[in-house]
Amino acid sequence: MSTDTSTLAGSALPALSAPRVTTARVIRSEWIKLRSLRSTPITLVAALAVVIGLGVAAAAVVSSGGRAGPPGAQAVDPTDLSLSGVTLGQLIIGVLGVLVVTGEYTTGMIRATFSAVPTRLPVLWAKIVVFGGVVLAISLVSSLAAFLGGQAVLGTDGVTLGDSGVLRAVLGAAIYLTGIGLLGLALGAILRRTAGAIGALVGLILILPTMVGLLPDSWSGPLAKVLPSNAGGVFMAVDPGSALLAPWAGLAVFVTWFAGALVIAAVLLRRRDA
Amino acid sequence: MIEVVRLSKHYGDTVAVDDLSFTVRPGIVTGFLGPNGAGKSTTMRMIMGLDRPTSGAATVNGRSLAEHRAPLREIGALLEARAIQPGRSARDHLLALAATTGISDRRVDEVLDLVGLHDVARRRAGAFSLGMGQRLGIASALLGDPRTIMLDEPVNGLDPDGILWIRNLLKSLAAEGRTVFVSSHLMSEMALTAEQLVVVARGRLIADVAVADFVRNAVGDRVRVRSPHATELLRVLSGPGVTITSTERGVLDVTGLTAEAIGERAFAAGLVLHELATEHASLEEAFMAMTKDLTDYSARKVAA
Repeated sequence: MSTDTSTLAGSALPALSAPRVTTARVIRSEWIKLRSLRSTPITLVAALAVVIGLGVAAAAVVSSGGRAGPPGAQAVDPTDLSLSGVTLGQLIIGVLGVLVVTGEYTTGMIRATFSAVPTRLPVLWAKIVVFGGVVLAISLVSSLAAFLGGQAVLGTDGVTLGDSGVLRAVLGAAIYLTGIGLLGLALGAILRRTAGAIGALVGLILILPTMVGLLPDSWSGPLAKVLPSNAGGVFMAVDPGSALLAPWAGLAVFVTWFAGALVIAAVLLRRRDA
Repeated sequence: MIEVVRLSKHYGDTVAVDDLSFTVRPGIVTGFLGPNGAGKSTTMRMIMGLDRPTSGAATVNGRSLAEHRAPLREIGALLEARAIQPGRSARDHLLALAATTGISDRRVDEVLDLVGLHDVARRRAGAFSLGMGQRLGIASALLGDPRTIMLDEPVNGLDPDGILWIRNLLKSLAAEGRTVFVSSHLMSEMALTAEQLVVVARGRLIADVAVADFVRNAVGDRVRVRSPHATELLRVLSGPGVTITSTERGVLDVTGLTAEAIGERAFAAGLVLHELATEHASLEEAFMAMTKDLTDYSARKVAA
């Protein structure tokens, strides 16, 4: 079949240098998508503000009230204190991760996307690279700023990045936030509905730990260790204590959670009708 | 070129597409006609690789879409009016799609001009009217300057200007040698744009014919003859396979003879004609005649 290459509005062909889909180009496409929705920068700035603001505020509260806490209680670790905004920040990042995928399904955009990239998987890889990269950068900035700000407020009670386990914990917070974001992205791809995926995410990182705590100790002990929030949590704690996993074992379990969810998402993405 | 071979799609017990085979050729507009729920959209989604066939296959320009290196260059499709995220501008929407295949920003601006969205290109697509949304969908379809264009109910929700614009666009795309495949449940629309018809009902192929043949075969053309010598003319024209009726004095409605044959016979018999006109049956009538049984069946099924 001969191909007519003329177009209605002049010839566009010379402008198309080797038109073909490559993973690098799909990544560029996802970058355009991410930055062209106004909600993305707003949400990222909100996450940044929450992690830094709550961290510094928590340090300020403790600093003004002394570090004693309730009688008999252990003193709060200054690093953990300055990273306390991560608890709320993870929800914002996780929801944004969900929306990166469900935003396309609920609007029908996904059909346009898959029409351009019918092999589909490059779209998932590109979303992971773009969203994961952006969130990692934001998380690094915010956890470092929260730590430095928090320690500045604590003054002489504060610690430095050079102290044992501190750098790991600060970087760990950024890795944790990124991992939760990717978990949200995976849940979004698996469930394809915004409400369902956010529900699953919140259930997994906030509700499940509480429910496991209600179980008999012989059950709740081992189960609690491998929950994503606890496994990831130990890696961003300077001293995670003995009840949970060691930091690096925790990281391994945490990575397994979001990587496993992404693998399930990839399999379903290939198999299902879009 | 689109080739659909023994394509079927089942959703549980429901058969949406049933062993469907047809070929859409380049250079003409091919209409995909059938009542709502006949399986047209499902078939189109399978052609785009969005839905997995239960059995059979659909190829675009010789391969399944996923096997092409630059799918946007092979086929551009408008499947639904809204396949856009409302928060994004029309231009950003197209830039994101273009980026996947290395299509230039210049081409994006070109198709925006082409569909008349130049002035609103940087506005949120969510604020677009139905017609503007449809135009953006068509801009996406044309983005890769594709050899094949497939549009699902493109005139839905458009004003008369928009409908005329689409009609002319489709014809000019076909005239450039492209394959143009357009679905509609409106027979009248197909009569004006399509040359070839793929007719489906309840997921099955009813006909794959030229529009003219479809109408003629299903109903047959009728010739209206007005003459002061109607009685003599009746005798001259009568014969096997010819039906003549008369609803008013001096006027005969003839089926089974062409206008040429009637004119020649009248001339040979020395009879004066005041009017000789072929009345083409409408595509609508033809479609109704052809799908009558199926429609009745489905109506019964729903009632049961």
